[in-house]
Amino acid sequence: MTDNDLMQRSPHLIRRHRNGKIGRAIFFLSTTIGLVALIVLILSIINQSMGLVIVRYTVEPATLSDKPLEDLESTELSAILTQRLKPSRLRTIERDTPLATLSRTQLYNLVMEEIVVPKVQKSFHLDESLFQRAKIEQIASEEYPGAHITFRSWINWNFIVGSLSKSPEIAGIRTALMGSLWIILITIVVAFPIGVGAAIYLEEYASSSSRINRIIQTNIDNLAGVPSIVYGILGLAIFVRSLGDLTQGRTVISAGLTMALLILPILIINAQEAIRAVPNSLRQASYGLGATQWQTIWHHVLPYALPGILTGTILSISRAFGETAPLILVGASSFINKDPSSLFSRFTVLPIQIYNWTSRPQDTFRNIAAAAIIILILTLLTLNAVAILLRNRFSKRV
Amino acid sequence: MTETPFPNNAYAIELRNVDIFYGNFRAVKDINLQIEPRKITAIIGPSGCGKSTVIRCFNRMNDLVPSAHLNGEILFHGKNIYDPDVDPVQVRRLIGMVFQKPNPFPKSIYENIAWGARVNGYRGNMDDLVEQSLRQAALWDEVKDTLKKSALALSGGQQQRLCIARTLAVRPEIILMDEPCSALDPIATLKIEDLMRELSTQYTIIIVTHNMQQAARASDFTAFFTMDTDRAGIMVEYGPTSQIFTRPKDKRTEDYITGRFG
Repeated sequence: MTDNDLMQRSPHLIRRHRNGKIGRAIFFLSTTIGLVALIVLILSIINQSMGLVIVRYTVEPATLSDKPLEDLESTELSAILTQRLKPSRLRTIERDTPLATLSRTQLYNLVMEEIVVPKVQKSFHLDESLFQRAKIEQIASEEYPGAHITFRSWINWNFIVGSLSKSPEIAGIRTALMGSLWIILITIVVAFPIGVGAAIYLEEYASSSSRINRIIQTNIDNLAGVPSIVYGILGLAIFVRSLGDLTQGRTVISAGLTMALLILPILIINAQEAIRAVPNSLRQASYGLGATQWQTIWHHVLPYALPGILTGTILSISRAFGETAPLILVGASSFINKDPSSLFSRFTVLPIQIYNWTSRPQDTFRNIAAAAIIILILTLLTLNAVAILLRNRFSKRV
Repeated sequence: MTETPFPNNAYAIELRNVDIFYGNFRAVKDINLQIEPRKITAIIGPSGCGKSTVIRCFNRMNDLVPSAHLNGEILFHGKNIYDPDVDPVQVRRLIGMVFQKPNPFPKSIYENIAWGARVNGYRGNMDDLVEQSLRQAALWDEVKDTLKKSALALSGGQQQRLCIARTLAVRPEIILMDEPCSALDPIATLKIEDLMRELSTQYTIIIVTHNMQQAARASDFTAFFTMDTDRAGIMVEYGPTSQIFTRPKDKRTEDYITGRFG
């Protein structure tokens, strides 16, 4: 048999194929491990975010009205409030916000908070609720006689639009969600133009042989790896303290600017990569037609690099959205009821809210923390989806 | 200067004692070259002899390489284009360039033509200019129904003719071509050569080529470059193409011409 025989596979070739298969198996395994880890994580969060609860009402809702409370009109709800509440408590509430000015949902929440006062005695995870129903009923009848077992999804509309409360049953994350969105908006508005501008300067204008430019470049590369808490200290020193007269201290704008600082290095590096990936032939074509440097950058380099720049922006926004440490330093409030309404409002953000809740001893706070995590992830996915849609629009124009 | 039968500005462009450096490396030394107007001048020579370097200095494209600089003079209408008061942007509008690899913009065919004219402040009827430029580049019949389609969907040869049309649309006086056919098949190459012949009635064309048959077929004048002992490019011989290819004066020219294809 000769070496040229097609049917003859040499031991060497067999070994090469075997090595290839081993490599392939390893890569497949690492992908699978990553995927499994992600699925387990998400399942465990969902598992905590809904399930059966044993709940006890201070006042049974059925004694308040013939109809279910959810179906009542504003007038009926305020009637219940005026009848059932202690006059002193009613006066306190009226002094803050007259009942007549409240919406139906707000009235409903008031009735639930002030009169019905549901107290979740014990909550169960989704897996227990599905597979160990009998055991839960036994616990309920033995330990909490007279209590109800109901299914409760801790993620619900009231949770999203509700404001913060000390009792987990009625606590909502609107304030934290608004805080997160305000801050991320400021972060993008500030960091995107500065970051892209710096990247253009460094890639298109700055000469790489200049010492100062090399120092700037090295610094940006290193700043991308600085721990976020350091940016928090920086933000505290600059925006909260030194510029306190302008930012009014621990406000949304201080937090947004701190976050912008935090993501700037990542954004610049990503934008530089994207600009560097623009083929030189495109620049030459433009210069060859008698275009100026600015026309070349604005009409050809930037549009070509934009999808890449937006990818980098998506990554940095995701990072900023989940960031906690610097905002604690800059002064996020740990308990705040008032939504941010301007650049100079006090604020809290979702990650901080989650962090607060997970550190409470009661089980139910862990349930709403899980629910808040899901909202955080969903919001992030939505933001990214918008950015990706934008990116696809830009890259399709070619 | 050995022989200048015409005053300076009778040449389309003229190199006088040009040295080009990349950093400390002298890539090309002491080039003296007078380009005849409305003729095709080919620059030939082995790889690394500085042909592309030289053609890129005609419209200051070398400025884009940070380490490149030039000694000597390049006279265009009697003015040295490397004088400090000359704007390279203006030079490049008057002296257009077609590159080795077709590099249309990732835009529509129409936009590819219109963009250059627009940034240079063209105020006429754009549709007419696009049609006229495409006709001049012998591309109109192939693309007249797909002007709004992406230029990247064209074949390599069509893309290169589009790049020529794009250059024509800004109304240059000289067109530089840096190995314009090296990425094209023989049929597309012949089309470009026919086109060059056509255009040479109105424009001065300078072409760098590796393909000696192309130089022999398509050009009126030929400059032969080679590498000197210090790796710097030098111009060995320059003259009418027929003379360079049939009766070269220099031994090195003869070796090159006969050695490769003899």
